[in-house]
Amino acid sequence: MTARSLFIPVTLFLVIAFLIGPFLIIVAASFSAGETLAFPPQGFSLRWIAKVFTVESFRASFGMSLFLAIGGTAAALVLGIPASYALSRYKLPGAEIVRTVVSAPIIVPGIIVGLALLRYIVVPFQVGITPALFLAHTALVLPYAVRVVSASLDNLRSDIEEAAVLLGSSRLGAFFRVVMPNIRGGIMSAFILGFVTSFNQVPVSLFLSGPGVRTLPVDMIAYMEIVFDPSVAALSSLLAFLSIGIVFLAERFLGFSRYV
Amino acid sequence: MSDASYLSLEKLTLAYGDSVAVANLDLTIKKGELIALLGPSGCGKTTTMRAIAGLLAVKSGHVRLDGADITRVPANKRAVGLMFQSYALFPHLSVYENVAFGLKLKGMRGPELDAKVQSGLKSVGLSNFANRRPAELSGGQQQRVALARSMVMEPKVLLLDEPLSNLDARLRLEMRTELQRVQKATGVTMIFVTHDQAEALALADRIVVMKSGKIEQIGSPEDIYNRPTSSFVADFVGFENIFPLENGKMKTGAGLVDLSGSLSSEAPSAAGLAWRPRMVTLGTGPFQGTVRGTSFAGDSREYLLDSPLGPIKAEVEASQPAHALGAGLSFDLPAEKAAPLSRFV
Ligand SMILES: Nc1ncnc2c1ncn2[C@@H]1O[C@H](COP(=O)(O)OP(=O)(O)OP(=O)(O)O)[C@@H](O)[C@H]1O
Ligand SMILES: [Mg+2]
Repeated sequence: MTARSLFIPVTLFLVIAFLIGPFLIIVAASFSAGETLAFPPQGFSLRWIAKVFTVESFRASFGMSLFLAIGGTAAALVLGIPASYALSRYKLPGAEIVRTVVSAPIIVPGIIVGLALLRYIVVPFQVGITPALFLAHTALVLPYAVRVVSASLDNLRSDIEEAAVLLGSSRLGAFFRVVMPNIRGGIMSAFILGFVTSFNQVPVSLFLSGPGVRTLPVDMIAYMEIVFDPSVAALSSLLAFLSIGIVFLAERFLGFSRYV
Repeated sequence: MSDASYLSLEKLTLAYGDSVAVANLDLTIKKGELIALLGPSGCGKTTTMRAIAGLLAVKSGHVRLDGADITRVPANKRAVGLMFQSYALFPHLSVYENVAFGLKLKGMRGPELDAKVQSGLKSVGLSNFANRRPAELSGGQQQRVALARSMVMEPKVLLLDEPLSNLDARLRLEMRTELQRVQKATGVTMIFVTHDQAEALALADRIVVMKSGKIEQIGSPEDIYNRPTSSFVADFVGFENIFPLENGKMKTGAGLVDLSGSLSSEAPSAAGLAWRPRMVTLGTGPFQGTVRGTSFAGDSREYLLDSPLGPIKAEVEASQPAHALGAGLSFDLPAEKAAPLSRFV
């Protein structure tokens, strides 16, 4: 083989190694028998994986993260589905501006979003930590919800709604009877994408977390500052496999990649 | 209400924003009539249908149906059916559920519903396809489902927007017969839009020819085909040689030219005359032309002639001897065969 023909396979290998490598290291480290987070792992044990389930703060913050991911995504969909519908079905003046504004949280760094929320909403209006987090996660997921739901609405002909109306349905009835069932796949996909995005979100939550109320990733960072044992690696591995599992099932049953 | 004006459009004006698509349209349709709406692209056919169905708000004028003014009645309360060109079947529902959709909204349930859906499916020959999804049907079958879905609702008027344009030629003929059969069997008042004059002539009781948001002519298929009243309609139905009249003479490329023969008694006020290619006499006559093009169409042969009058299209039986390109020919435009046009536009 010439150097030229080796170039592409070698680059490819390096890229994959770079992407997957850290993940494999973390997974390996979680099975370590040693007392500190280290690679290569010392021995093999499941003690750190077991320990994850006994740490009280992990349990609380996991609950909070789950609540934010499910509740925030659900709220984003409740707002995002009608918004997407209006954007795709009506030629609204300023629709492009709305689209851009709604997508802003994807482009603007989380740190800035977090700081802005803290400085201009949470502090001046005395919003509690949990409502603030809920609000922030809803706002963060909204662009994904609008995007994914819009994509599936654009693939749906609008004349079926008119057909439903002429068969006696009201406009609103037509939305629930013929639009919703046909964008179910898009909605589920938006939910999964929103869930994963919210669950893995760090910077915004970092700003808004407060005493006793944290999301799981923020809690993991806090934990690592005090204790440097492999339980964080174990928890990361568990979360990664959970995400992979969800996305795998979504792809399998919904054709997830069509919408994202 | 009388059956003679079952559906009437009165001074109907329709617009998209500020641009008027249909202006001051008057049309009266009898109960049970089968009307074809014929006209070039963009003339407002779909717009008119959508207004009758209630999907488009009326700017001014009235729509009356079965004695009631329905101008402001919402689309879901009008008892008007519309078959979309795209069929607009509900992709997530089976054929059975598609047909049952409107009936369920009417509150029909149980054996009554089932009987109605089954008979609807049977009437379009799709009883064996009840459990399929629309995506699993051919275009013609989807069309039948759409027809059954509209017909089970027993609409007062069924509108069809280019119902046959998505089908191949053979299926088109089949569906044409099907539509006619359903219409005769149920007596439903039907309006269908088409680009295809042959379709309109074959199916309709009356044809409405539209042009840029206005009605150009209304008449029986025979009227439209043989007695177009304007140059536009004449051109649309295949009169390819059209000349305006001025002081009883034809206005041509060679100036005012005397008619060959005399007009029938009803035509002296005509603003123009029109001949189908078949009405042109080739080989004899007062005019001279040169063959510029010829095409063979099985039974007949068409010639395009260059003449001082302008280009002339003529059609003769294929059994007659062929003329070569460039050959000089005399021809005639016999005035007594011409269709007199009362409007030249
Ligand atoms: N949604 C719309 N917004 C603005 N103008 C429209 C809209 N729909 C149609 N028009 C305009 O209204 C006029 C009539 O359109 P319409 O669709 O009724 O024509 P049509 O006779 O059905 O034509 P075709 O045979 O091509 O279907 C056209 O000039 C068209 O450009
Ligand atoms: Mg149209």
